[in-house]
Amino acid sequence: MNPSLIRDLKKLLGSSAVLSLPEDLLLYQYDGSVEQGRPDAVVFPSSTEEVARIVKLAAKYNVPIVGRGAGTGLSGGALARTGGLMLVFARMNRILEIDIPNQRAVVQPGVVNYDITRAVEHAGLFYAPDPSSQKSCTIGGNVAENAGGPHTLAYGVTTNHVTALELVLPDGEIVRVGSKHGDAPGYDLCGLFVGSEGTLALVTEITVKLTRKPEAVKTLLTIFDAVDDASQTVVDITARAITPAACEMIDGWTLRAIEDYVHAGFPMDSAAVLLIEVEGLNEAVAAQAAAIDEVCRAHHAREVRTARDPQERELFWKGRKNAFGALGRLAPSSYVLDGVIPRSKLPQALRRIQEISQQYNFKIGNIFHAGDGNLHPIVLYDPRDPAQFDRAIAASNEIIRYCVEIGGALTGEHGVGMEKNELMPLIFSDADFDLMRRVHDAFNPDSSINPGKVFPLGKGCGEIRVRTQTAQTGPRA
Amino acid sequence: MTASTSSIASRLEAAIGASQVTADPAVCADYAVDEIVPSVIAKPVSAEEVAEIVRFAAAENLAIIPSGARSKLAIGMPPSRYDIALDMTGLNKIAHYDPGDLTLSVDAGASFNDVAAPLYKQKQFLPLAVPFYFQSTIGGIIASGVDSSLRQAYGTARDFLIGAEFVNGSGSLTKSGGRVVKNVTGYDLHKLLIGSLGTLAVITRLNFRTFPLPPEDRGFVASFRTAEEALELRRLITESPLGPSSLELLSPQLMQLFFDAGKNSSEIPAAALDSLLPANSWHLCISVEGTSEVCDRSVRDLTQLATQASATNVHVLGLDDAEGPDLWHYIGQAVPMLLEASPSASIFKIAQLPSRLGVLLAKLSAIADQAALPQSLIARGCGVVYFALLPPVDDSDCLRRLAEAASAIFLLCAREGASATIPWCPTELKRSINIWGHPFTLSLEGRPDLALMRRLKSAFDPQNILAPDRLP
Repeated sequence: MNPSLIRDLKKLLGSSAVLSLPEDLLLYQYDGSVEQGRPDAVVFPSSTEEVARIVKLAAKYNVPIVGRGAGTGLSGGALARTGGLMLVFARMNRILEIDIPNQRAVVQPGVVNYDITRAVEHAGLFYAPDPSSQKSCTIGGNVAENAGGPHTLAYGVTTNHVTALELVLPDGEIVRVGSKHGDAPGYDLCGLFVGSEGTLALVTEITVKLTRKPEAVKTLLTIFDAVDDASQTVVDITARAITPAACEMIDGWTLRAIEDYVHAGFPMDSAAVLLIEVEGLNEAVAAQAAAIDEVCRAHHAREVRTARDPQERELFWKGRKNAFGALGRLAPSSYVLDGVIPRSKLPQALRRIQEISQQYNFKIGNIFHAGDGNLHPIVLYDPRDPAQFDRAIAASNEIIRYCVEIGGALTGEHGVGMEKNELMPLIFSDADFDLMRRVHDAFNPDSSINPGKVFPLGKGCGEIRVRTQTAQTGPRA
Repeated sequence: MTASTSSIASRLEAAIGASQVTADPAVCADYAVDEIVPSVIAKPVSAEEVAEIVRFAAAENLAIIPSGARSKLAIGMPPSRYDIALDMTGLNKIAHYDPGDLTLSVDAGASFNDVAAPLYKQKQFLPLAVPFYFQSTIGGIIASGVDSSLRQAYGTARDFLIGAEFVNGSGSLTKSGGRVVKNVTGYDLHKLLIGSLGTLAVITRLNFRTFPLPPEDRGFVASFRTAEEALELRRLITESPLGPSSLELLSPQLMQLFFDAGKNSSEIPAAALDSLLPANSWHLCISVEGTSEVCDRSVRDLTQLATQASATNVHVLGLDDAEGPDLWHYIGQAVPMLLEASPSASIFKIAQLPSRLGVLLAKLSAIADQAALPQSLIARGCGVVYFALLPPVDDSDCLRRLAEAASAIFLLCAREGASATIPWCPTELKRSINIWGHPFTLSLEGRPDLALMRRLKSAFDPQNILAPDRLP
């Protein structure tokens, strides 16, 4: 990278806010996915104005920029695919305003998701989207990826909870879109920017809705001796119009790995469990729990356990939310998929994943948001064996292809990033890409922000020459 | 018929067939938008035909306005050009409905009623009972961006529209989203179509998640001497664990309109509304839904909260009772009823943070009084207000006073941090007032998101042939 850009950046931000030594940059070449991309420098702005100045400087030196929160993303969205400057929002982590009467919070992008809830729970409110990484992931990253989580089944994903954004455009202009009340006239720009994976602008301030905590919560752990029974139960719960707040499925093999690690009290000999939560008024929760119990038993559930107290509930969820960590103990690396399918096709999709697992001779775990058809098959592999990595990717792609074939999509909440961009033609036509590219270029015409993401490299944004670092250095070791 | 009109018609006929094209001036007049009459009406029956027509229009530089039942075509500024009316009612099939998945995919020209019927059979529904819904098409409901009182519980279309297919201004059939309830594959372009008034693309198909019908519902009306007191009950409810499905504040004038409508109704209701509810009061109308236990509990709590907020009267309506459906139907159709109440009715849509509603409502009322214009309003619990000015006549003096009041309201809302537009008003008024409100009349420098909207418009419709200038 041009040393005079580093000099200018240090002059602008102070030297403690600029990293450019290779050993410092190493950490930033990874996120939660198997992808890699090393930035040439990392900067830590403290304000929107600094972000705007950095963007202008980068433009002057013709260097691409990528924004990053906590780096917990699962699709390479916050990796510097073509090198350049990485803008990390760690120092923009202030909650700027909490408006209890209107149930809004205005926050900087580096605020950790769960910290919003912690700041407002005294008033009986919480921030609803709850990705598994919610205790470390940042709200800026959530906005970029339109993050979900288990409770999005009832509450909706990030886009349903964001009403306004402050943005820095690739030319350094600062723009506000949406409104605090949430009914701004004109096109729904907020709805476009949320989930645009950092490819249109950098988000520097976010206004979110706060949700009233329910009066009652009941958490059910239902235990099955056959995976098919568990998935049929989910289909039936949906078909009977019961709307739980969360409906998570964990297969037996994954369950045992979790139990060894978390000791959540999960049964070691079951084929699958469903973790189902119902929320609302006492009267509603009682009725829903009874209806769910009935459906589970009709599908041969061995046992339906109800969490006795908040501690046990916490333990059930700890098992669910630490699942990926637990699996990390079983293999050197894992590849988490995020395909989404029509909910009624769950049983056949799980059978197909099982077939693919056998065909490729990989252990594939399943722990996912069953209630909204968002699968998370986890392919365990050893990255030291490059052939194994290739096979893991091939198996994964076959699963995703199947999801699309039965009416689903590539990704439900993790984003396309640089992981699934080459699979995008499974869903989109050339005309679709052309329009998306025109929308992209309306904001980010030179692909100076987050190049090499979302679009397949052959069909996307101008002439991006991408250094495929994964191919050079091998997958994460 | 001019030569150029006849040639547009004949070339369109060649493209999609003579039976689907007409240039009959009498028919064209029915498709007028703000008194501007198109030259030709084309009624495609497939998305491919829509694409064909848009490509034809792009090649000939002709302006298109798509429409469905034309019940909400009045929303928007007058188009700067309007050659072809694209009647979308020929695309009217339900493409896919999977009750087990709670997903629905429907052609844009399908009527709301035709879609609601099969859903109802499966005990499901779409929370889109917007103004004019009974005569609307699904595409028109989405393109006009109107909301319903059920947004209190179900949100607006952006919360349950999961995908769309549409023809952009270049005539390409494109899509975004899909048919699954959770999806981040590609940009959420379908959200941009909501409220776009046909300016970005012609919507050909829409995918929704559907919702189970609640087992029971109940209506609850609390009456108050002042708007402030009624808003206090709103606050108490939002701080309680109750989750009402609608929460609407009605001004005394609006309830009077409902009383009168009830009297003039051909069907005599079991008990007239005005014998159940006090006159000259502000009314907070709340609906709750769920099991009977949930409804009973909600009504119990609401009664207690209403007393706490000094309600002068509370009334519980089973929504199956004769008076229940009437009141809730009126609430849903307040806009059409207000439009009928005055020859130059002007209805503002104002969005404000709920905690500041009291101040806003008082100031709006003062503006109407100052202009000596009758007023009426319905305010949703989320802070969206439909504020109507209802001049008794449509003479030039009334128009002048409307224009003055509109300017004052735009200025007030800009100061109060609220947004204001005028979705419904006489075409005449649009000659002196930009209905998109004060911020949009500022320079681009003062309103940078307007510049972004224009960039988006160019990305979708580079030649500006789709409903040109209806949005700012």
